[in-house]
Amino acid sequence: MSVNITFLVVTGVLLAAGFYLVLERTLTRVLLGIMLLGNGINLLILTSGGRKGAAPLFKPDAAADSYSDPLPQALILTAIVITFAVTAFLLAMIYRSWTLTSADELTDDTEDIKVSQKTAYDEEEDSPVAEDTTEFVDEEGRPVREGEE
Amino acid sequence: MNFLDLAPLAVVLPIFGAGAAFLARRQVRLQRLITIGILCLTLVLEAGMLAAVWGGESYAIHIGGWESPFGIALMVDGFSAFMLLVSTVVSLAVLLFATSQGLADGDEPGPVSIFHPAYLILLAGVSNAFLAADLFNLYVGFEILLTASYVLLTLGGTAERIRAGTTYVVVSVVSSVIFLMAIAMTYAATGTVNMADLAVKLPELGQGPQLILHVLLLIAFGIKAAVFPLSLWLPDSYPTAPAPVTAVFAGLLTKVGVYAIVRTETLLFPGGSVNAGLLVVAALTMVIGILGALAQTDFKRMLSFTLTSHIGYLIFGVAVGGPLAIAATIYYVGHHIIVQTSLFMVAGLIERRAGSSNVTRLGSLAKLSPALALLFFIPAINLGGIPPFSGFLGKFGLLHAAAQDADPLTWVVIGAGLLTSLLTLMAIIRVWARVFWRRAADAEVPNQDLVAEATQVADETLAGGAQNPRLGLKLAKQLEADSLPWGMRYATGSLVLAGIALTVFAGPIFEFCERVAAELIAREPYISSILPF
Repeated sequence: MSVNITFLVVTGVLLAAGFYLVLERTLTRVLLGIMLLGNGINLLILTSGGRKGAAPLFKPDAAADSYSDPLPQALILTAIVITFAVTAFLLAMIYRSWTLTSADELTDDTEDIKVSQKTAYDEEEDSPVAEDTTEFVDEEGRPVREGEE
Repeated sequence: MNFLDLAPLAVVLPIFGAGAAFLARRQVRLQRLITIGILCLTLVLEAGMLAAVWGGESYAIHIGGWESPFGIALMVDGFSAFMLLVSTVVSLAVLLFATSQGLADGDEPGPVSIFHPAYLILLAGVSNAFLAADLFNLYVGFEILLTASYVLLTLGGTAERIRAGTTYVVVSVVSSVIFLMAIAMTYAATGTVNMADLAVKLPELGQGPQLILHVLLLIAFGIKAAVFPLSLWLPDSYPTAPAPVTAVFAGLLTKVGVYAIVRTETLLFPGGSVNAGLLVVAALTMVIGILGALAQTDFKRMLSFTLTSHIGYLIFGVAVGGPLAIAATIYYVGHHIIVQTSLFMVAGLIERRAGSSNVTRLGSLAKLSPALALLFFIPAINLGGIPPFSGFLGKFGLLHAAAQDADPLTWVVIGAGLLTSLLTLMAIIRVWARVFWRRAADAEVPNQDLVAEATQVADETLAGGAQNPRLGLKLAKQLEADSLPWGMRYATGSLVLAGIALTVFAGPIFEFCERVAAELIAREPYISSILPF
């Protein structure tokens, strides 16, 4: 199978830029990153079809190996639709996030912060247990210990 | 015409149901009826499918009559039929739970009416992923269930859920991208995406390309299954969703990833070339997950961590390989789906009963809500692996299989498994001691309503005295019935019963799992039932 190097290089650049943007905290950049990733992958799938050829429409006199492989194109079509849906959803979510917090950034998780600030000492489990060392009680039911009163 | 030719209905019914439910979004009652009816139909269909392949048959359906490897094929074998049935049982229970909660709260029209259609789409995606016999259809199944899960996770659109949803969506999209990358490379290398065809053609590739494809697929599925270095998104995103949504996610979504991993390891790459790596990852998943669970004070977050931790057992079973280990893995998947979902439903009940799922605010619930205590206790000790429950049987099977001619690394992982089991028990018992046993007044942040109710019940018990010792219990039951609608309690109860049934019928079920495992390892039935030659 012959490989189109230009496609592969472009795929690599698109994926690298996409992954870099996804690691950002700003949500619009994350969205751009996801779109780049989607396009990069589509290009990769196209490359996986092998050499170029005629459009895969049936012609009675064409040889079987003169067509290009139609399957990757069908796969890309599906992938494009899915990326489109996810992008639309993300846009709505980013807009909602912006309306709620008026910032285009992801905040830290409150529970994570709570756990990270917790000390090893746990009151419920680690506090010393008060022991009753006497069986005698005074009139109000308080324990009477030696040397008290 | 074979009965199994109806298998595509397991995907088609929920999708059409979702459309109908969406059209009926203004009539809440009709929408509910459609959703429950569709799920019941699917359940009957899948029970029939499981019965048809119970003896160990496998049956391929070629959609549109296109022969494999060119057309899309669906595969019904023991493994997929078992997963389908368990997932539908669980989702039906959760749906009844959610419906009853909605009934009690009075469904408001508006964005909430999207719940039922999205739920059915989620189920269609899960079924499609289980039935898929080619990688791309598996990808489509994943995408269907993920897109529905994005909607369900951010239901209502509060700030907290949007924050959690962002993490979830971005991580899921990245895992899908990696999966697609793997598919493209597989197609470039072999010229097919049909799994049976791949099983034949992949061994012809060199070691290098095989390893790359193998690891890429494992990473993509590992993110979905929440395997350790790739699991950190899960406890951040699951707990904020509504209780029924978390329950169904916890049961199904990670297990779809596990299902895909089992298929990859048994069908596509049977050599076990990365088993040592999988063993290490399994041990880390178990131990780190459960240590995270111990640090949490929120019950739902703690459950999310035990969820990721116990995925480690499943990966462990896959890594050990061999008929017994795979059989135990399949049994454990069934157990884990049911138990983890019932625990999340109990978390929802606790949250509703006491106003919070944070254990620092809870107490006295054993007195105040005896039925709830029972509903918590059974799945909890089941998760902890106490005999005779299914958790014990599954873990015993796994460790027993692993211990047969084990190398030092496997012994270390067996140790990690035992340690995790012990720590799970500890995490569960800490919740039990705090939420159910201690007095509400002793909580770190006492909840005044709970304290008042506890005092009321104690007073009533005292007033009843020796003549009428059940007076306090009666009041507790009354209070429980007031705050927890019967539908929610019975839905949870029926899933707890399903967990017990998995224990009671462990004999025949485990024999079935052994048949399935033998079939998975032989590969021949799968390949020859799809490929015509």
